[in-house]
Amino acid sequence: MKNTTQRLAFLGVFSAFAIILSFVESLLPPIWSAVPGIKMGLPNIIIIFLLYRFSIKEAATVSFIRLLTVVLLFGNAMTFLYSLSGAVLSLTVMWLLKKTNHFSVVGVSISGGVCHNLGQIIAAVFLLGTKEIGFYMPVLTVSGTVAGIFVGFCGIILLKYTAEFKF
Amino acid sequence: MKSRFKNDIMLVSIILVVALILFLFFKFSLKTGDMVVISINGETAFKLPLNTDTEKTVKSELGENVILIKGGIAQIISADCRDKICVHHEAISKSGETIVCLPHKLVVVINGEEET
Repeated sequence: MKNTTQRLAFLGVFSAFAIILSFVESLLPPIWSAVPGIKMGLPNIIIIFLLYRFSIKEAATVSFIRLLTVVLLFGNAMTFLYSLSGAVLSLTVMWLLKKTNHFSVVGVSISGGVCHNLGQIIAAVFLLGTKEIGFYMPVLTVSGTVAGIFVGFCGIILLKYTAEFKF
Repeated sequence: MKSRFKNDIMLVSIILVVALILFLFFKFSLKTGDMVVISINGETAFKLPLNTDTEKTVKSELGENVILIKGGIAQIISADCRDKICVHHEAISKSGETIVCLPHKLVVVINGEEET
């Protein structure tokens, strides 16, 4: 991106997109109440887009701003740690997989979805001191994969239709 | 592009196989438990037998949950948190099964005899 002002405005707009998607997602009814944490991961569409269109820097900035805002608006100090752990792990893995250049947007987004859930489970195991929470992981792996496929295709569409747009 | 697509499928297959192995591992390691262990903030707060019908109100500075043990299954019937995920969670009875209330840092686990 060219200059600081442009960059600032741009990141603000995309943070707002991601926050709105988080809000929309929170309005959806839980998909399967027996296992908490199954989500579509809609905000990840924006993160994937930024990661591909720009760089990890923009993706990480927007991801962190979104997380902070959503926690301040709807969550509490505990949910912040779970979300942070999930976001950091998923961003790192997506970034590394993208760097290898062996996977498509969908593959990268699947890894992000699965790692987001894995990060949250790891945080929960440490914070609650109960390893039994790991029992949720198989289900969350499958749900993360399905969500990742959906998000990946949304990302491809978004990237395709904004390909000629100069930011 | 085509080889990337192939790699994606490989990735998904590996992830799903790992999930399946984990699932089978957990499924076969589950035994019917006989103790309900309630912990708050990582520390065991209460241990209740699963075969005695009881209703237990667990209070901490973070909030209140009511746990009901009836007919060999345990469930959380009410909580004063916002999202009520623990209340919607289905009842548990097998060793290792858990109900978690994240905002109250409360975990309900079924324990087998050998662990208690």
